[in-house]
Amino acid sequence: MIYIILSVFLSLFILGMAVVAVHNKNVKVAIIAAGIVSLFSSILYLILAAPDVAMTEAAIGSGLSTVIFFYVLNKIRKNNA
Amino acid sequence: MLKKGIILAIVIAFAAIFFNLFSSFNGNTELSDLSSYYAINEPAQVGAANLVTAIVVTYRGLDTLGEVVILFLSAAIVSFLLKLHYNEQNDEERKNGLRPSSEVLQTATRILVPIIFMFGAYVFINGHLTPGGGFQGGAIIASGFVLLLLAKPEMKINHQLINIIESISGISFVLVGILGILLADGFLDNNLFGLGTFGTLISAGAIPIIYIFIGLKVGSELSSIVGTFNETQKEN
Repeated sequence: MIYIILSVFLSLFILGMAVVAVHNKNVKVAIIAAGIVSLFSSILYLILAAPDVAMTEAAIGSGLSTVIFFYVLNKIRKNNA
Repeated sequence: MLKKGIILAIVIAFAAIFFNLFSSFNGNTELSDLSSYYAINEPAQVGAANLVTAIVVTYRGLDTLGEVVILFLSAAIVSFLLKLHYNEQNDEERKNGLRPSSEVLQTATRILVPIIFMFGAYVFINGHLTPGGGFQGGAIIASGFVLLLLAKPEMKINHQLINIIESISGISFVLVGILGILLADGFLDNNLFGLGTFGTLISAGAIPIIYIFIGLKVGSELSSIVGTFNETQKEN
């Protein structure tokens, strides 16, 4: 029962962060929100008994891709200015 | 107003579609035919304590080879496209324009990075026993590398070393697969020299060897992607 409550709470939080990532005007905030979506979905995968997927999601989704998004954002800004 | 109404209508339509799916869902109380085949026959055929690893590396080994090739291609394309605008002189300029990272980050990095690398190696060496495996371990190693780059952005990356590790582990992965044709039942079959005791570190035949190669390959590829992005950044 506690797992169901926790997963519903996590899903709602993920949805909220996804809305922030899509609608926020500040790109930095949007990238961080997308990273948080990945981080919390990795916890959700762990609750749903998929630790392998959770590890990949935590390392690649919230770690590497967030950093790569920031690098690309920096590059785009410098090339346009 | 009209736009918001349309969006609301689409959301309600999706809700109607997925509510149907949700209300008709009831979980299986027993394994399906395919999963019970894997669960029953896997200890005798493959001998890995982690069933997911047995499926990923042995039963569906060719798919894993394909994934590794895709990752290799994306790493190659990223470094090819970014290297077009890269030259040594820009590199010197970039180094002089960098802001030094904070003392806290640098000290924490010195302590944490070896532990993160060791944990990544642990994850891919124990891929056949505990959750995780080559991809996960490689991704953890690459995230340790990201931490290193955040602390020392001016760090010079030895691309030659990364390329050598990456190519040798890729070739060895395919060679272990071909050895499976010669010594066992087929390409990427893991029963090369006996399966060993179920649940110990030296078990599951060739799976630990393959996962070490995959871990090194994925780790070096992801590190080289991040490293190339870092090298081609311009501060001013």
